[in-house]
Amino acid sequence: MSPEPLIHATGLRKQFGDFTAVDGIDFNVQPGEAFGFLGPNGAGKSSTMRMIGCTSPISGGTLRLFGLDPATHGRDIRRRLGVVPQLDSLDQELTVEENLIIYGRYFDLSRAEARRRAVELLDFVQLTDRAKSRVEPLSGGMKRRVTIARSLINEPDLLLLDEPTTGLDPQARHILWDRLYRLKQQGVTLVLTTHYMDEAEQLCDRLVVMDAGRIVAEGSPRQLIEQHATREVLELRFPAGTNADNEAYALGIGDRHEVLPDRILVYAHNGDEALAKAIGAGAKPESALVRRSTLEDVFLRLTGRTLVE
Amino acid sequence: MNSMPLLRIVPPVVRIARRPQRMVERQLMCYRRTWPILLSGFFEPLFYLLSIRVGLGKLVGDVKVGGRILGYAEFVAPAMMASSAMNGAVYDSTMNVFHKLKYARVYDAVLATPMGIGDVALGEITWALIRGLLYSCAFLLTMIVLGLASSPWIVLSLPICVLIGFAFAAVGMASTTYMRGWTDFEFVPTATMPLFLFSATFYPISSYGSWAWVVQLSPLYHGVALVRAANAGQSSWGNVGHVGFLLTMAFAGLWVVSRRLQSLLVK
Repeated sequence: MSPEPLIHATGLRKQFGDFTAVDGIDFNVQPGEAFGFLGPNGAGKSSTMRMIGCTSPISGGTLRLFGLDPATHGRDIRRRLGVVPQLDSLDQELTVEENLIIYGRYFDLSRAEARRRAVELLDFVQLTDRAKSRVEPLSGGMKRRVTIARSLINEPDLLLLDEPTTGLDPQARHILWDRLYRLKQQGVTLVLTTHYMDEAEQLCDRLVVMDAGRIVAEGSPRQLIEQHATREVLELRFPAGTNADNEAYALGIGDRHEVLPDRILVYAHNGDEALAKAIGAGAKPESALVRRSTLEDVFLRLTGRTLVE
Repeated sequence: MNSMPLLRIVPPVVRIARRPQRMVERQLMCYRRTWPILLSGFFEPLFYLLSIRVGLGKLVGDVKVGGRILGYAEFVAPAMMASSAMNGAVYDSTMNVFHKLKYARVYDAVLATPMGIGDVALGEITWALIRGLLYSCAFLLTMIVLGLASSPWIVLSLPICVLIGFAFAAVGMASTTYMRGWTDFEFVPTATMPLFLFSATFYPISSYGSWAWVVQLSPLYHGVALVRAANAGQSSWGNVGHVGFLLTMAFAGLWVVSRRLQSLLVK
């Protein structure tokens, strides 16, 4: 028998008027796990996160966190959560340090304790030198790090991150990933949403792929790729507007293929072999690329659409 | 909680509020660096009262109210005090709250903690009252210095102004939850200006003749009447009615605020 899950959801639904944002999903998150929701914008990831964060009442199904019901124990659950929302909600009227201290006060920490943790956490996110700065002049990456530091002020058992690196430059993303990885090693349970497959691959032990409010696949990043994609992918680019004419070259050279607006993808165990076959048949692509399969390919396979439009 | 029926006038989310003082603490943190802004509020009473004492008072002469003869400045000063309490509360609960609600998203972050809607509503209103009380103290002091206080009972004007502030802050915050953008705030002076002018502020209610009942619908009128009664040291049953009116308004506002914040922030 596995330990009691930290989050247990069955048939979870969220309805806004006529619109169904989350359409009956089941999932469990175990203590110490890094669990991800992968999907495009509008898949229902954020609505799910807000329900888990106990700031949005559920419309149907059941949801339990730490074995408690958010409808009756929202306050007790939130006491044990750290939340990094999609939009930074830092207090613009306060300094970086004050943001952390007042947040600690919301969790009933003593002033001295809140101050002590604020110093420690700013060091953890490498922003000690900006402690006295206002929030507004900070870069996007720095604001995100402050938000993460703030979310850790109550030493949460569960950290919720809604698109933690959307809109950040590559360097800022890597700093964030590194910090999140350290938290995970310290035993903090992470639940995050993302529409970046590389982020999911880097951080998640297990993830669910969401589309239009439903879960369409579940597993570790490796399992999902093995189940729903081939080992390699051949990307063929033809002159603009001629993809349809050139589709014939993609037939039969791999397991299957996909015609996108800007390129044709061929799924094959051996990409180089497939490319050789296409050239042999007379294909004249402008460029060709062989790469390993990613979660993006899994998503494309499952939904027929790409993750980031 | 059925054993305490009085508590029922308090909205449920406010009843379970445990940490409204944290919202006040946040405000104090904000003003720790920008406290000179608070000083600006002290000039308003000074200018008001000086203009009346020096100018209007001399021109208008004495006023006869309830069988007593009062200098005009003495008559108007309590009304100015009540109006200033209204203005302060309205400003704090409309512009400031709207910014935090729609743009700064302060409350979204607050609600991800053990804090609740009741803590936010009660905390923000409490802050408006504390700030209002500071200004009322300044107003009272100015009145005393300028010789406009006629009775020691005028100290009661402080709790009265807190009550006026509570009523207007609650209703102000309630209206704020319905505002769609900054342009909607143009309606705020449209509401407060006539209240300021026609709440028996500048002339006794008897001057309104058969229209006096309209004036009595103005919440500010009830505030003005109370401060005036305090300054005159007069107690009457009518004052109970004035207090009742303002309390009703305050709790009605609090109900709307709690419901609206719930539907705006917890969705």
